[in-house]
Amino acid sequence: MTLAEKILAAHCGKNKVNPGEFINVKTDLVLSNDITAPIAIKEFNRLGVGKVFDPQKIVMVPDHFCPNKDIQSAEQAKLMREFARQHNIIYFEVGQMGIEHVILPEKGLVVPGDIVVGADSHTDTYGALAAFATGMGSTDIAIAMATGEIWMKVPPTIKFIFHGKPRKWVGGKDFILYTIGNISVDGALYSVMEFTGEAIDALSMDNRFTMSNMAIEAGGKAGIFAVDDKTRAYLKGRTSRKYTEYSSDPDAEYARIIEYDASGIEPQVAFPHLPSNTKPISQVGNIAIDQVVIGSCTNGRLDDIRLAARILKGRKVDPNLRCIIIPGSQKVYMDALKEGLIEIFIKAGAAVSTPTCGPCLGGYMGILAAGEKCVSTTNRNFVGRMGHTKSEIYLANPAIAAASAVLGRIASPEELV
Amino acid sequence: MSLKGKVHKYGANIDTDAIIPARYLNLDEAAQLAEHCMEDIDIDFVKRVKAGDIIVAETNFGCGSSREHAPLALKGSGISCVIAKSFARIFFRNAINTGLPLLECEEAVDNIKAEDTVEVDLSSGKITNLSSGKTFTSKPYPEFMMQIIAAGGLVEHTKKKSSGAR
Repeated sequence: MTLAEKILAAHCGKNKVNPGEFINVKTDLVLSNDITAPIAIKEFNRLGVGKVFDPQKIVMVPDHFCPNKDIQSAEQAKLMREFARQHNIIYFEVGQMGIEHVILPEKGLVVPGDIVVGADSHTDTYGALAAFATGMGSTDIAIAMATGEIWMKVPPTIKFIFHGKPRKWVGGKDFILYTIGNISVDGALYSVMEFTGEAIDALSMDNRFTMSNMAIEAGGKAGIFAVDDKTRAYLKGRTSRKYTEYSSDPDAEYARIIEYDASGIEPQVAFPHLPSNTKPISQVGNIAIDQVVIGSCTNGRLDDIRLAARILKGRKVDPNLRCIIIPGSQKVYMDALKEGLIEIFIKAGAAVSTPTCGPCLGGYMGILAAGEKCVSTTNRNFVGRMGHTKSEIYLANPAIAAASAVLGRIASPEELV
Repeated sequence: MSLKGKVHKYGANIDTDAIIPARYLNLDEAAQLAEHCMEDIDIDFVKRVKAGDIIVAETNFGCGSSREHAPLALKGSGISCVIAKSFARIFFRNAINTGLPLLECEEAVDNIKAEDTVEVDLSSGKITNLSSGKTFTSKPYPEFMMQIIAAGGLVEHTKKKSSGAR
């Protein structure tokens, strides 16, 4: 069996599961946020069960439109807060809050072998910790909150092997954009993406979270990595929970095996309006931009912030654009502050914000006007995603984003460093 | 159960940001969401759509965010079902859970134009293009999903299951 199949089997009381089979699995963690929880709460109440299955396995994070952007989002946040207090579940208020997919691993709430379901498509992020984590809708989450179980169809697994050494300025963001560009936005539909190979072993945990995070952008159900010393080091001190390290059998059956030469992969830029519309940085051409956003559940971790700071140190943001940097959690923010990175950003002329999903989904904190172009380290460049339908989003890694902020056009850090 | 309506046709990879832009996710009532359904890619949809109408689209319909607001907005605007070559998986679950029928049928998509009138028989999966007279059959739902649909959604299905267990 594959790593994913072993986790699913262990959670439905079977020795073996096969792709296509319908199973009912026990959930280790059930997540929702300020825009998906209100519908989940409504459906939960309609079930009439009165209480959640286990308050310590349910998390709510007010991160999308929080700190509240308007009266309606304040009402939604209030509804969620009151439910969280009433049921005594895990809840992070503004001030402790960070972007859900940054703080759940950071606080040690996910361990290898877990099944995590969340009413947010980027719940797949925790696959970096060898957990089976996947996004669902609010009604599914209501059922999981009430019963601690959810139905799943066992997905086939596609194995991706990245051979060789990553180039300079290339990280998890480039690998996943390259993959999506190669297999397209539905190339892994309903499937698990399993990432392996020498170049994957070389990636930091923060870079692996970025890759798992965007599996959904290829239609994937999960994006998963096996446990190694980096995973173990990450977990140390964050959790005292015992966990099982599952790994794929040598004779595991894969739907496909796709191999890449990582040393041939340049930094990638996804052009409007699909994440699969990728080009290597050397073929981007001269594209002037109006805004840069560095942050999100995709690239808002300390490695990302450090990378941006390395480029912005002693330089200035082009006066014709806005550069907005959003650390993904209070811990990331504090660590960046202690390392002097926030000072680098402010001296460079960038705006630094408290954690929020804000601009990534066109909520607030950096909405685009008609005709504006933005280089963003986020995950989606759909029409109207960050604002006006006539605006354009170019997805890239934090080094490209920072270099672009300095040069006023989409640019490689090679031009500066 | 039989559905009949005019067709609104779309291409591939219609994402949930297109179905209901995130700036309206501070709303959660189907009627309010419906006022903005599809507006970023088809500004006239809301004016054109009538109760019972059907959306026909290419591959990967409903990709992107997990927002259940997407099937709610479609239902609220009167859409009775969606026929596509394939669906993104979270949208598929959400539609089943909230009672928006989806039909997967490549042939139908290739042979139905915008403004055609189409009839769908959900129990048999038979799709009839009344404008051309052609008929098609969609991929049947797995038995497990038929139980959820028959119960009227996942909440009702779960209620039924737990009362049976007692």
